[in-house]
Amino acid sequence: MRRQIPLIITFIVGSVLIISVFIPHKPFGQLGENFSVYFDIIAVFAFILGAGNLLRVHGNRIYKKHKDWPYSMVTVAGFTLMMIAGLFKIGGSPGITGDLTEPGSMFEELYMYVFTPLMATMFALLAFYVASASHRAFRAKNKEATVLLLAAFVILLGRTPFGVKLTSWLPDPLSFLEIPNLASWIMSVPNMAGQRAIMVGIALGVISMALRVILGVERTYLGADSD
Amino acid sequence: MRKDLVWLFAGILFFGLLYLLNWGVKAISTDLLVWIGAFLSLAIFSFLYQDNPFYKFAEHLFVGVSAAYWMCMGFWNTLVPNLIAKLHPPIVKGVLPAIAEKPPEYWYIIPAALGIMFLMRLSPKAPWISRWALAFIVGTTTGLNLVRYLRSDFLGQIKSTLIPVIVVENGSLSVGGSFSNIVIVLGVLCGLIYFFFSKEHKGIFGVASRVGIYILMITFGASFGYTVMARISLLVGRMRFLLGDWMGLLQ
Amino acid sequence: MSFFETIANIDRRVIFLFIGFAVIIPVLLSFSCREEATPIVQSIFDKIESLPEGSKVLMSFDYGPSTVPEVQPMVDAFLRHCCEKNLKIYMMALWGTGHNLISESMEDIIEKEFPHKVYGVDYVNLGYKAGNQGLINVILTDMKKMYTTDARGTEIDAVPMMVDIRNLKSFDLILSLGGGFPGIKEWVLFGGDPGNIPMAGGATAVSAPLLYPYYPRQLLGLLGGIKGAAEYESALIKGYPKFKTYSHPAIDMMGPQTVAHIVIVFFIVIGNITFFIGRKREEGEKREGGVIK
Repeated sequence: MRRQIPLIITFIVGSVLIISVFIPHKPFGQLGENFSVYFDIIAVFAFILGAGNLLRVHGNRIYKKHKDWPYSMVTVAGFTLMMIAGLFKIGGSPGITGDLTEPGSMFEELYMYVFTPLMATMFALLAFYVASASHRAFRAKNKEATVLLLAAFVILLGRTPFGVKLTSWLPDPLSFLEIPNLASWIMSVPNMAGQRAIMVGIALGVISMALRVILGVERTYLGADSD
Repeated sequence: MRKDLVWLFAGILFFGLLYLLNWGVKAISTDLLVWIGAFLSLAIFSFLYQDNPFYKFAEHLFVGVSAAYWMCMGFWNTLVPNLIAKLHPPIVKGVLPAIAEKPPEYWYIIPAALGIMFLMRLSPKAPWISRWALAFIVGTTTGLNLVRYLRSDFLGQIKSTLIPVIVVENGSLSVGGSFSNIVIVLGVLCGLIYFFFSKEHKGIFGVASRVGIYILMITFGASFGYTVMARISLLVGRMRFLLGDWMGLLQ
Repeated sequence: MSFFETIANIDRRVIFLFIGFAVIIPVLLSFSCREEATPIVQSIFDKIESLPEGSKVLMSFDYGPSTVPEVQPMVDAFLRHCCEKNLKIYMMALWGTGHNLISESMEDIIEKEFPHKVYGVDYVNLGYKAGNQGLINVILTDMKKMYTTDARGTEIDAVPMMVDIRNLKSFDLILSLGGGFPGIKEWVLFGGDPGNIPMAGGATAVSAPLLYPYYPRQLLGLLGGIKGAAEYESALIKGYPKFKTYSHPAIDMMGPQTVAHIVIVFFIVIGNITFFIGRKREEGEKREGGVIK
């Protein structure tokens, strides 16, 4: 029963949503809309679950004095500060009745000067690693890799003004060989063709997986039997 | 002291002095919050040299702050107006007076119950109840995806590939346009043929598969080029904050 | 260690230093470059130009602080263009971080540069709602089922410009800005394509190549990364020269972008040269050892 009822729920919900496309009238159309609304609301509980799990894991590390437990205190302190600022809408002119991100509110200040620098810099680090990885791993070992490398060069140079200057001397009849024009052509022709082939393949995979899940053939999302 | 650390500190000291002598302390920001943002940015950047306590502090702070951020956002923007205010409108009179007079809609008890079931994942005694809510989420996602992917990503893409291979512009044959359309049609076909592993890639099928590989290699090369562009943009953005908002070096 | 071995085994921190300087120096020197709009970008500009005054444009802020340098210039350019054309702007977010970015964009662009615009009449902030593609699916048929108030807590029917909005089909154009999940793909799959609504997007450079298959039938145009943003800024300046004196961060960023690209290409070439020289040396050593492979 612990595994059968979820399978029945998945089947009913999935089937209703598919049928609502073909019969958009009552009751299927209405049910399809309602299920989407429920989905939106349950998504918020996923955030609460995530936060709860985070507190449980880090609380456990602090309690049992695991390695690096002081850093877990930093996590819990940051979480608590942001949550208090957000839940009680501290600061900002209208207070609890206003927008959560009202300029001058504590939540907005924490977002601008703590959350934003941390998140932005985490991703900015990738620029360095992409350069280092390109130097170490990007090798023209065979014909396919050479084609990949050449395409990457054309895009890297063609998407900058340097590419314009590099081939601007070409006469008009050969202007299609100018690097920026080549870059545009690569993006809108072979890249589009390749991405379309991948997209069709993925779509077929999604459709078959969706059918498997709705019909109960695929059950990995239910987790282990021991739960 | 390690030789590389000596060079690192000497470099920081040198550029620090260069900055002070050229632009002076007047240029630097006096806003404490900007200094906090700059400190956290540099703490993350310090990982480029090696893992260190400043990076670990910043990383752990990020995890805590982002979890609370998403929770607060979800609570005030969806849970309060779309669940609590629907079930019992007078309860939100102090925070959303505009919708406190509306009539209740009791069928919203269903998502409330499903949400609470979802939270039972944290319960040591009955975590299996969360499967019911998870089944609902999975059912909704698969039901929506099946039709949409079929329509837009499968049929839609086939329709977009049915294009003329002989292009006529202003009454005359367009060689460039025709060539591009031929590449698109053949490229999609050959790319799909490459992914068809149920038949051995021999003969004409093998040739088409090889053409498909080359098309895919060009695709991946283009993706790589754009990925590099994206990552560099993010670094430029951060540098503009550090050099402009913090150090006051930009106009 | 020989010169060849030094280059072949270069410490990655030296590469990091080169990349750092490749970005810092052009930023300090304010080295920037003008761009020319490509057809995929120009089509969005032309579409917005063709919309009559009072047309309804929905902008979805589906990005976060990690991609602000790429996407924010696109948002700023779109807001300026729509305000200049006196279009009605409806702002919403599928990402929680988009909510903050809507507030910032309203403050920095609309309130500062177009102070005559009235909130609730010319532009409105609908805020963030959870649900990803589920939200798009709901608002395709009934927008007010999810949006009972705007982001400031005003009852939705009390906002003048929301009175005649029923669902997504009430809009003349949907602009999705972002690149992750949910983003432009979800808008196309669940909103634009099923509702047959004109759609355009501004994507991060990572996701832009993946969205090309939707152009031009399902997506009338696409801004890809900082290059796309710079092209749109240039098109806006060309169409409305007054914007030349306004901030154009994307055009400013193309200078450091160019230098960094050249440095990366240089390192890839160096890596390949050392690889081929190393391979040749290995083959030579094997031949000398009497083992031919």
